[in-house]
Amino acid sequence: MRDLSLHILDIVENSIAAGAKKVEITIEEDTNKNLLVVKIKDNGKGMDKKTLTKALDPFFSTKKIRRIGLGLSMLARATKEAEGSFDIKSKKGRGTRVTAKFVYDHIDRKPIGNMAETIIVLVASNGLKADFIYKHSKNGKSFLFDTRYLKRKLNGVLINQPEVLELLKKRILRELKRIQEGT
Amino acid sequence: MKKLKIGDLEKIREKVRRTAVLRQGKSRAKITVHMGTCGIAAGAREILSGLLSEIKKKKLNDVIVTTSGCAGLCSREPMATVEITGKPPVKYVDLTIEKMSKIVTEHIIKGNILNEYALAVGSERTH
Repeated sequence: MRDLSLHILDIVENSIAAGAKKVEITIEEDTNKNLLVVKIKDNGKGMDKKTLTKALDPFFSTKKIRRIGLGLSMLARATKEAEGSFDIKSKKGRGTRVTAKFVYDHIDRKPIGNMAETIIVLVASNGLKADFIYKHSKNGKSFLFDTRYLKRKLNGVLINQPEVLELLKKRILRELKRIQEGT
Repeated sequence: MKKLKIGDLEKIREKVRRTAVLRQGKSRAKITVHMGTCGIAAGAREILSGLLSEIKKKKLNDVIVTTSGCAGLCSREPMATVEITGKPPVKYVDLTIEKMSKIVTEHIIKGNILNEYALAVGSERTH
């Protein structure tokens, strides 16, 4: 994976496959603490203890179609490369929470990448069956994208309409630019 | 760039109200982009993004876009399955944005299967 936004897309696709109806993606950039934190929390079907212990094993997958599962293990490795840490918590029937921490200015820390595209792709393909809450902050400046609020505002018009998606993408890009400026 | 406000959503709401019905299950075609780890690493996100632009550009209001996991053929990613109502589904492999654009014009709009990009016809029917 080239950047973290692709890792995030991959992990959230897992959430959707686990039947999540709500996925929260949080990115916290703190240059003062030299820390980048990525959290993904879902209300999918979760994992039992036995599955959870194997979740980071690249040669384990719950899927039947192939016997390797690289998604989580690759994100865990990306945190290691940047002297960060990786944590996964899950409860069967409740959901799963993944936390990836990185040393912000580490030379091997992957760039965040195109989060606008990741969010729009998720909303376009799964926006009707799930809600996405994306919080992004940098040094105290923050931005919130919440499809529950947007759906209420749209009042019946579907969130996966091309015109809506284009507008939302522009909004995310503008907001991301705003929180990146002046820091 | 023009500053966009959340209030703009309300304008769009009125604009697309009539076409919205089509997306609530009465679609003519469904395109599933395979978004497993392998697909994403091979560029599936850009394929889906390109597909959304094509759909908007060509004003296709009766096409559903969705994602699925790994189909077990990681080396042929990015992949997408095109299903036209009443026709057998077609799985396209080794996609690029250009190929996807051609698939939209030829297969989705005109109904001609692009055999040179297809892996198989008639599997994984979900529509």
